[in-house]
Amino acid sequence: MNHEGSLKCVCVENSGLCCTRIENLGVRAGDVTILRDVNLHVHCGEFTAIIGPNGAGKTTLLKAILGEVKHTGHLRFVRSTGIAKEKPVIGYVPQNLNLDATSPTSVLDLYAVCRSRSPVWFHIPKRVEQKAKECLARAKADHLLHKRLGALSGGELQRVLLSLALDPVPELLLLDEPVSGIDQNGLELFYDLLSDIRRNYDLSIIMVSHDLDLVARHADRLVLLNGTVLASGAPREVMESESFRKVFMGMR
Amino acid sequence: MVMELWYKLVDLLPFEWAEPGKMLFMKNALLAVLLLAPIFGILGTMIVNRQMAFFSDALGHGAFTGIAIGGLAGFMQPLWSAVIFSVVFSVGISVVHHRTKMSSDTIIGVFSSVAVAAGIFLATAGGKSFARLNSYLVGSILSVTPSEIGVIAIMLVVVIIFWLIFFNRLLFASINDVLARSRGVHTFWLETLFSAAIAVLVTVSMSWIGLLVINSFLVLPAAAARNIARSQKQYHMIAVSISLFSGVIGLIASYYTETASGATIVLISAVIFFATLFIRRLRA
Repeated sequence: MNHEGSLKCVCVENSGLCCTRIENLGVRAGDVTILRDVNLHVHCGEFTAIIGPNGAGKTTLLKAILGEVKHTGHLRFVRSTGIAKEKPVIGYVPQNLNLDATSPTSVLDLYAVCRSRSPVWFHIPKRVEQKAKECLARAKADHLLHKRLGALSGGELQRVLLSLALDPVPELLLLDEPVSGIDQNGLELFYDLLSDIRRNYDLSIIMVSHDLDLVARHADRLVLLNGTVLASGAPREVMESESFRKVFMGMR
Repeated sequence: MVMELWYKLVDLLPFEWAEPGKMLFMKNALLAVLLLAPIFGILGTMIVNRQMAFFSDALGHGAFTGIAIGGLAGFMQPLWSAVIFSVVFSVGISVVHHRTKMSSDTIIGVFSSVAVAAGIFLATAGGKSFARLNSYLVGSILSVTPSEIGVIAIMLVVVIIFWLIFFNRLLFASINDVLARSRGVHTFWLETLFSAAIAVLVTVSMSWIGLLVINSFLVLPAAAARNIARSQKQYHMIAVSISLFSGVIGLIASYYTETASGATIVLISAVIFFATLFIRRLRA
């Protein structure tokens, strides 16, 4: 748990050495092409936000990276040591959880099913509880330890899921932002956290986002996706591009 | 020998049926309920977590078809053919559900009604009367034999071991399957294994609890516990307690009301369910 310090150094000094490359990625569902010729390089220490209209294939791209859907093309991860490998350690923050509001599952239960073998219905050892607290603290969520998942606000749940995705520290952090349900304060707090994480850990962040204003301020790079990559680069560049205007004309 | 010890123990109870040497069937039933109730309580928690109540109901229908097939094939004990059939049936539903985009509701509805129709068709083939299968529909825990109690005890031990090993991963998969898979959980196999376990439990217990009410005995204690529990540990403790309580009280009450024990047990857990619902309302 105390290796953040060392990671901090690696990251600040070697930032940009490790990266994730997505080459010619394509996804088809039956006869429908959802994604084609997607090319992306995501560097460590970089926060890349994927934006695009509904049905653009944003979530599908995340699922392809996760190995959930079959895809063509390549996915390569190159470590800072220069060693390439197919499967990076991925931390994933899903859009939401599949539970009803009455679910008797506490935040601690969720941590324990994810990170420990001790059956949570029987006994959760103190040491697991301690680790859960430390883990949650990284996303300012340690006070939620004994709350039920169903009783959390959208922002709180997102922070809990983020802290879980950071344990163990992944090489690639994937986030699927909920379309709604998080208040403005919660959103700001979450994006600030992401900025901190990008600075403090040696990892790449890819986030599907719906809040253009926030990503414009916090992301290092924007990728405009609609079946394929229409534009990619600094937020300003992308948002001033012709494609961006075309895609979001109706929305703004 | 174990039974002798158990009879001696029950003899201490202040009931007329508990007197030494009398009504051994009642004492057998009590022990059977004490062992069955925790199994139903434990497995029920995950059925409610995963919103599988309709699925487990369908498994009962599959088990019924299995009994009919076994009876037709002339097995002395149609139970084992029923166990095999309902496991195949449950895996069938899982696979079809996994492979198609149809809603699970529809798939289960189709499988379930086909199973019942096939069961009745086979059971009445050749002009036979359906009446001999009535005992499976209503069930009677009083018919349980000491060797069957041994089977229940083994089931309880197996379920507890299964739960100690696989519960975390099952719960993780139910919370978010993509997240669970990203952490190396083999969700499909785990879910199939769990469905098969439910299939075995429902099939084996059908003649004791009764097909018509067995699903309620599986779902109600967990549903009631859910109204008041705040963690998985509480959820399990409360569900098992409710299951034990309604099992024991229901069995004893059914002796005096002269009603089917399975239905009496379920009615008591239903009362508890509504009571916990009320508590939940008060808290909110």
